[in-house]
Amino acid sequence: MILTEPVAPVTIETTVNGETVRAVVSPRQSLADFLRDDLGLTGTRIGCEHGVCGTCTVVFDGRTARSCLLLAVQADGATIETIEGATRSGRLASLQAAFRARSALQCGFCTAGVLLTAAEVIEEGVSDPTALRHALSGNLCRCTGYQAIVEAIAKVAAGTPHD
Amino acid sequence: MTEPVTIDAPVGVPLPTARSARLVNGAGRFVADARPAGGLEVAFVRSAHASARILSIDAAAARAMPGVAAVLTAADLAPILKSFRGTHGAFPDLVAPRQTALAADIVRWSGEPVALVLAASRAVAEDAAELVEIDYDPLPAVADPRAAVAEGAPAIHPEAPDNVALTLIHEKGDVDAAFAQAAHVAELAFSFGRVTGVPLETRGIVATYEAGERRLTVSMSHQCPHQMNVEFAGLLGLDVEKVRVSCLDVGGGFGVKQQLYGDELAVCAAAMLTGRPVRFIADRLESMVSDIHAREHVVTGRIAVDGEGRILAFDIDDLFAIGAYSQYPRSSAGEIRSVIGLAGAPYRFCAMRGRARVVFQNKPPSGHYRGVGHPIGCAVTEGLVDAGAAAAGIDPLEFRRINLLTAADLPYASPNGTTFPRLTFPQCLDALEKAVDLPAVHRDVAAGRAEGRCLGLGIVAFVEQTSRGSGFYGDGGVAVSSRDSCTIRLEPTGGLRCLSSVTEQGQGSEMGVTQIVAAAVGVPLERVEVVTGDTAATAQGGGTWGSRCLAIGGEAAWHAGRKLRTEILELAGSLLQADPATLRLMDGAIHDASGARMSLADLAVTAHYRPHAFGGRHPQLVQSADYSPLDGPFRAGSGFQLSLVEVDVELGSVKLLRHVVVHEAGRIVNPLLADEQIRGAVAQGLGSALFEELTFDAEGQPLATTLADYRLPEASDLPDIEVVHAKAPPIPGSALGAAGLGEAGTVGAAAAVFNAVNDALAPYGGRVSAMPLTMGRILAGLGRVKG
Ligand code: FES
Ligand code: FES
Repeated sequence: MILTEPVAPVTIETTVNGETVRAVVSPRQSLADFLRDDLGLTGTRIGCEHGVCGTCTVVFDGRTARSCLLLAVQADGATIETIEGATRSGRLASLQAAFRARSALQCGFCTAGVLLTAAEVIEEGVSDPTALRHALSGNLCRCTGYQAIVEAIAKVAAGTPHD
Repeated sequence: MTEPVTIDAPVGVPLPTARSARLVNGAGRFVADARPAGGLEVAFVRSAHASARILSIDAAAARAMPGVAAVLTAADLAPILKSFRGTHGAFPDLVAPRQTALAADIVRWSGEPVALVLAASRAVAEDAAELVEIDYDPLPAVADPRAAVAEGAPAIHPEAPDNVALTLIHEKGDVDAAFAQAAHVAELAFSFGRVTGVPLETRGIVATYEAGERRLTVSMSHQCPHQMNVEFAGLLGLDVEKVRVSCLDVGGGFGVKQQLYGDELAVCAAAMLTGRPVRFIADRLESMVSDIHAREHVVTGRIAVDGEGRILAFDIDDLFAIGAYSQYPRSSAGEIRSVIGLAGAPYRFCAMRGRARVVFQNKPPSGHYRGVGHPIGCAVTEGLVDAGAAAAGIDPLEFRRINLLTAADLPYASPNGTTFPRLTFPQCLDALEKAVDLPAVHRDVAAGRAEGRCLGLGIVAFVEQTSRGSGFYGDGGVAVSSRDSCTIRLEPTGGLRCLSSVTEQGQGSEMGVTQIVAAAVGVPLERVEVVTGDTAATAQGGGTWGSRCLAIGGEAAWHAGRKLRTEILELAGSLLQADPATLRLMDGAIHDASGARMSLADLAVTAHYRPHAFGGRHPQLVQSADYSPLDGPFRAGSGFQLSLVEVDVELGSVKLLRHVVVHEAGRIVNPLLADEQIRGAVAQGLGSALFEELTFDAEGQPLATTLADYRLPEASDLPDIEVVHAKAPPIPGSALGAAGLGEAGTVGAAAAVFNAVNDALAPYGGRVSAMPLTMGRILAGLGRVKG
């Protein structure tokens, strides 16, 4: 369908990285575009816009989600955390340090999505490299070949108490 | 001639990159992250036909849409934008039809840009693009390379009635006699599917034009900003020095971002025509039909072997399909050079015949993807070598040992037409046998097979030609630089700011330069800041292509650093009233035999603000050096790759059980980053071996336009990749003595898997000849389904 007529914008209220945001958005705007273009949270990357690559991963109501497959209007009433928020809170600090030390990133375009996914996977108690590889299969990385990513995550997972 | 020197830490130390500090925080800056004030967004109208005549373009409805600033076609751009041809002086017979940024009369691939819509937002631009009505008269299309050269195939360009852009014939030695006297001859057919680089950050560009000064400022995601600066200026009729191209963080390149694209050129022209900043960020769907493609080959080959297991000759016939045009500015001819010029490269033999035909087809143009033709040359050679070994009844590794080049053979003028001054296969073989218990691997394979498992082992040798000299492009009349430069400034605090023409897409070239400069001058690593990717800041240089950043740009950095160090010590000598030859600069301090005498910071402050203190000498505090390999066409890396696979004979799937790379490329500046370069490159080779293929229907319609259809390797598809560095002295001819290594992993990875899978299928009487080795092809190779 071609939208030649302007579509009425919608007002949403959402919590992004701990701050309440009221915004007027177009009903067809993706959450990824809203975060990047309207809120300037450009750490969320767009690699495909069709749900395959995982670079747009954010935490949406406590679970990782692909912000390119969500609409901004769906964020109404939701709580969202992006790489910027997760960095500021410090909850990714050990993963970020491990990624740097192990050179688990090259261009860094996939890294925000990989880190947010990795944190969730560690929380779920996954630490075995093979299981980590499966848990990461929704996050593409074209640069590294994944081994350094898996090793960095495994190292942090091994040092993370889990119950 | 400069010879390798002793270089201290931090060169040779495994260190994470400096820029990863911002990238892990999500604070990287990529071209899509900013929008210029008052700017326009672009959506392209791309051809839906693979071959058609444009009868008319009606953009009235699109132009009338609120928010649309302009719709531009080839006719609108023509007054300010030149057309271009991907010629190459080394191939005077290459048919390189003229190309325009937007298609003018005829579209020749599905996805070719035809019109550009400029609007306040990309969403509006996309809506308006849908309203641009193009009346096409469809023409017959040719997609398959064999169909393109078949009798009576429709001609894609009038200049090439048989669709052949170039035929390259190479013959050295008495090939017919070699095959006639051979004790064993093996012959194989191969075909390689079209692939592309898929950097996760798509291409993007923001262009701003200032009409009063005729000044074009471009920010783009690219590997070679100086090349683009020169090209944009030339094609848009601007002065090179009034054009500035800069790159922010670049999200992977792999050759995709080494080219000139019509759509990006059209964006610059649009900025000039509208007087407003214009921004274009490719979406993934258009990337898949507009980024350069690569490596679609159909090859047959023969190998002749004597009764002692010695290789006598190779005979290779290659059909390389380049799509609709020869890519500008580098041309699409380079890939066949590697297939012919690297055939049999690791081995001693006496005769070679090669024929390569470059053919047009109605698909996107083919350009230089990581490794260019190396992976094809390696897979063909190593497939034939395994077949030759089997014909001779000799173990494949033993067969290689008989035939591999040794120090005694060097320099080796190979019958393939390439002279190799330095290769290190004996050292690599030694390292392979130390790192891998090969007898145990063979026992495991035998034991697994006895249990009914379909296991296979492939071990291949490879050569990577890196760090090209200026002969190929320079003498070919192509404006591609083989030089790189480095300027180092001493700042008033004793820190260094380096402006280097190497570029960074994640591989770590910037970090390598940082380490080299720290070592060359004698300052702590943290006091070296490296600026790259901006043509207004750095001197001319080639940027990233052909595995060259550290071997060339690093060499320039070393010499610039030594010059600055010399000046610093002379200035210090003047202040300390000492002979500079008795002084040393270490860790940011000037020492004499008795210890530290003065900090570099103190010296720098004095030199900047009290220059009169140096007895009439003017402190320069900035030094530059430039480097290009003048001594040869390339520097070679050598290596082996080992692949152990298990094939599921019911499903046709392949499981990669083990992958080992043994590699030697002279001095390694940063072992951590070098290993990760190799791993990442191997992953791309494994992708093209098993999953990746840009498929098309017979009419040239692309079938793989999403990342769901074009399957990149996922974490769970890949094994750990073991990397072993063979030891050999630095490469003669330069201080650093490094070859490049960014493509080495890709060169041999697919060949190793290909041989391993065929080794696995052999006991079942099966064989595969087409990559990627999809489940369907493997089942067909086993005779379980029809191919
Ligand atoms: S951009 Fe969302 S999954 Fe690729
Ligand atoms: S680091 Fe480049 S895509 Fe992962």
